[in-house]
Amino acid sequence: MDVRSGEREPVIELKGLTKMYGEHAAVNRLDLTIGRGEVFGLLGPNGAGKTTTILMMLGLTEPTSGSARVLGLDPTRSPLQIKRRVGYMPDDIGFYEDRTAIDNLIYTARLNRIPPAEAEARARELLERVGLAEAADKRVGAFSRGMRQRLGLADVLIKKPEIIILDEPTLGIDPEGVRELLELITRLSREERITVLLSSHHLHQVQQVCDRVGLFVKGRLIACGDIESLSKQLDEDGTITVELELEAWPDALDEALNGLGGVVSVRRGEGGKASVICSSDLTADIAQAAVGCGGRLLAVSRRKYGLDDIYHRYFEGGEAHGA
Amino acid sequence: MALDGKAILGRLTRRAGRRDGAEDTGAREAQGAAISPFWVIVQKEFGDHIRSWRFTILLAIITLACIGSIYSAVSAIRGGALKDELDFLFLQMFTISDGTLPNFITFVSFLGPLMGIALGFDAVNSERNRGTLSRLMSQPIYRDDFILAKFTASLLLVTVVIFALGLLVMGLGLFTIGYPPTPEEFWRVFFFLVLAVVYVGFWLNLSILFSIRFRQAATSALSSIALWIFFTVFYGLILNLIARAIAPSSDAAVQRILNYQETMLWLNRLSPAELFSEATTTLLTPNVRTLGPFTLEQVYLAIKSPLPLGQSLLLIWPHATGLIAATVICFGISYVMFMRQEIRSRS
Repeated sequence: MDVRSGEREPVIELKGLTKMYGEHAAVNRLDLTIGRGEVFGLLGPNGAGKTTTILMMLGLTEPTSGSARVLGLDPTRSPLQIKRRVGYMPDDIGFYEDRTAIDNLIYTARLNRIPPAEAEARARELLERVGLAEAADKRVGAFSRGMRQRLGLADVLIKKPEIIILDEPTLGIDPEGVRELLELITRLSREERITVLLSSHHLHQVQQVCDRVGLFVKGRLIACGDIESLSKQLDEDGTITVELELEAWPDALDEALNGLGGVVSVRRGEGGKASVICSSDLTADIAQAAVGCGGRLLAVSRRKYGLDDIYHRYFEGGEAHGA
Repeated sequence: MALDGKAILGRLTRRAGRRDGAEDTGAREAQGAAISPFWVIVQKEFGDHIRSWRFTILLAIITLACIGSIYSAVSAIRGGALKDELDFLFLQMFTISDGTLPNFITFVSFLGPLMGIALGFDAVNSERNRGTLSRLMSQPIYRDDFILAKFTASLLLVTVVIFALGLLVMGLGLFTIGYPPTPEEFWRVFFFLVLAVVYVGFWLNLSILFSIRFRQAATSALSSIALWIFFTVFYGLILNLIARAIAPSSDAAVQRILNYQETMLWLNRLSPAELFSEATTTLLTPNVRTLGPFTLEQVYLAIKSPLPLGQSLLLIWPHATGLIAATVICFGISYVMFMRQEIRSRS
């Protein structure tokens, strides 16, 4: 797969990265390049190998073969330099529950060799920015899920990283919280020119904020690019879906549709709804056939590919594409 | 006591900060004042322990036990249990009892391991279960620094507690028996306390090892306690069985009987509890001249006098080495295990 990051200077480069757990390949010959200042979404179902990939970038686990370069450094050889410049927020992030929010942040800051006075100033400022200023001196044990995620973001930012890696940052937060969090992430990445790598299985959220997405299935990156080019890729695959809605479904219509050259299959929905998959654009012919058979046509539309369809298509065909 | 600890810690951190500042070749010169992450973790762990309920409860038990043992020792001395052995009267504070309660060294050898286990059994797995381990490991710290810092913080706390208790017993002893220690007695008690710290350190490290191996804190605590009970109770029983099986008849050659005794002693010393008890006895009872078997021939013409401190130390040197070696081996195993573990959130 051709993966380009445009004109930007690459900060993450993965080449043929593979991680085997026994016989099972969690990540399989992954090639990926991410440029500076980019917001990249790593999209895939649970167990696709997203977290493993992230762990390999940080040197938290060793690749079986292949190489990774983060900021020009090798994670297995110099994990410390990378960790100094890369912030990582694990999924299901944990804090010291019996300590206050500010204590937790200062601890992280001091582990990064930031002197105590500066650490406190930075922690207060960041809590302000993520909207937790009032809760700064409350114990983390009393925080809600959304507050924890925001605190996690502050925790990641306190070392002033060049790259932040967020593993499932939106997991378990309500829709409004998700919107706020994503807004916060994009704003931060623009203001500070931070490269953001975001993993998620929620495509709509990824669609909102990412410059580019990579689709990840069973350890393989099966598609990569911005949303537009991904949907074009799908179109070129040669199948088009036309959605049809009639008041009632005339019996003759099945035959009429199958009689049209180029119709691959007809999927009947409830009542008069159906989707017709065809190898070329037959929208007009299908409408005509429906009217010709005496049906009262309510709606006909050619489906545009959103990320949803891309996701479905690739995940359904993941195995075929992967093989 | 907390103040004591903080003062020691403060001094240590300042020293380490300086050393580290010199070593850290200019990656972040502007922040030379910041202390190394290792000591940041030590500070935090130390604070966490002091504030924890677990430590408070443990400290209460141990303090009560020690006061009880002093009471028992003092009443034994008052009751005239000593008769002719007035030498080293001060040390007897630690070793004798009137039979109602065990003496100080028994309490330390019994409750010390418990303290070590209590401070270490959830060191790593609780961080893992709370999801803080993966966050911590994504900070620029070495993995071995992390377990070493956990160990150091707990050991520092153990040192503070044991020395505080030991000095407390000495002070109370001064009050009640009104008999000051000689310098030699003081140093004997001092080395005994150091040895106790080493011994507790062994159990601490063992429980940290289990906390790395087992994902559940309960499993790790139970395995540590099981091992502790095995060595304090069952090991002796098993040795008795072996002894009965391999004992030579009473009219066997001297050499055979000696060999048998040596074998049993050797087996016995595989237990850290035994090593500790032999070493403390030697330190606090200067009349102990040898730890192995000896023949009547060797005793003949020997002058019955206590050993000087240097000789006592020489006698227990192998024991101290053995305990430290066991601690280092445990740490080595923990290190290897931890380095190889994959850190994922909460798994």
